Amino acid sequence: MSVVVKLSNVHKSFGPLKVLDGVSFEVARGEVVAVIGQSGSGKSTALRCINALETIQQGSIEVCGHAVHDEKLDKRKLRLDVGIVFQSYNLFPHLTAEQNIMLAPTCVKALGKKAARDIARDCLARVGLSEKADHYPEQLSGGQQQRVAIARSLAMQPKVMLFDEVTSALDPQLTGEVLKVMEDLARGGMTMILVTHEMAFARKVASQVVYMNKGKVWETGPGSMLDAPTTPELRDFVGSGL
Amino acid sequence: MTYQFDFSSLLPYWQQFAEGLWLTLQLSAISTVLGFVGGALCAIARADGPPWLQRVVGAYVEVIRNTPLLVQVFLVYFGIASLGLMVDANLAAVIALVVNVVAYTCEIMRAGIESVHKAQVEAAECLGLNRRQTYWHVVLRPAIERVYPALVSQYVLLMLASSITSQISAEELTAVANRIQSDTFRAFETYIVVGLLYLALSFVVRWAFWGFGMLVFTRRRKLGTAL
Repeated sequence: MSVVVKLSNVHKSFGPLKVLDGVSFEVARGEVVAVIGQSGSGKSTALRCINALETIQQGSIEVCGHAVHDEKLDKRKLRLDVGIVFQSYNLFPHLTAEQNIMLAPTCVKALGKKAARDIARDCLARVGLSEKADHYPEQLSGGQQQRVAIARSLAMQPKVMLFDEVTSALDPQLTGEVLKVMEDLARGGMTMILVTHEMAFARKVASQVVYMNKGKVWETGPGSMLDAPTTPELRDFVGSGL
Repeated sequence: MTYQFDFSSLLPYWQQFAEGLWLTLQLSAISTVLGFVGGALCAIARADGPPWLQRVVGAYVEVIRNTPLLVQVFLVYFGIASLGLMVDANLAAVIALVVNVVAYTCEIMRAGIESVHKAQVEAAECLGLNRRQTYWHVVLRPAIERVYPALVSQYVLLMLASSITSQISAEELTAVANRIQSDTFRAFETYIVVGLLYLALSFVVRWAFWGFGMLVFTRRRKLGTAL
């Protein structure tokens, strides 16, 4: 199995605050990796480093052949291979769902309007929102906005998708509809790294669970690891959620 | 005290009124277009330019916003003349109005630009858009939409303030009125007419901006949000 994302001994500080303290893990093609942990454990930062939204001070990150830690990194090339979905959706408010999705294919891949619209329609269908193509973000529920954001990312056909607590702002019902879309993606073979608090989802869908604590990878294993944690910290973390 | 109104003595001057009105409209339109483009560029420079440029633009904005328009008009008109250049009063008027309105537009636009959340820019960059594309599609367009009402007010104000350029004998509506009232000695009637003409022009300008906004900002049109 080929490795798509590889973090080796990554260190990152914000000023005096050490956020990542030697983080290492690997993600193979088609794998779904769930990164879990308390708030402040560094999991979101780790995810953002993979997409060069944060720079690291030490260690290396390889993503689809790009050396992300390298100062000479071409961020735009990296981001052709990596899609990211944020907790706060970040849809462009002045554009319809369809236009939101069409923007990157027309700007970045220089596709014509028609080709881009076909892609947008296709991606909206994949997240089950074909009938909302002409709606503006403010006319959509949080769950629908997040699905459009996923579709927007999908439209660029990334090799890896990152999900940064994408359901944290949603109620259980809307969370369910977003998770279903993500499950479909996983089943379709998409390589995914998700930072999440949805333990049930991690247990069910993830091929690998990474538990982070105090800026370190504390424990890692298959989804079933959550049923039998070895470290007391993970036991506490999982136990507190039940 | 009784005052006998006599508007009939102004009738022979209708053509001059019309010409003045036309020139006012032209001055305002040209200054608005140039002011918008210049103001947008200054706003970008002030919000995201190199530090030295931010300071230069900042200083310019503060100087303009804290000095009277009339003084600026005189400075431009007599300043250019003292350089030994012959300058048409109308041209000097346009230059002064543009210099003035660029500063105000800059501040309004900067407020719009700064209201766009950093996460929006981050999202655009993560989709692979370059700086220029991000700026145009994700920052500037929503920013302009957001501050459009403030811009419209500013440009209506500009149209009204163009009357000040009558002081350097730009042949706009107020200058025409000054001349007519000294010909007819019917000052009250003349300025009533001129006042009504400005009022009508304001309505027309506001209506035109509203129509333009509806055309350009499709979201506002579709969602029925007021402009």
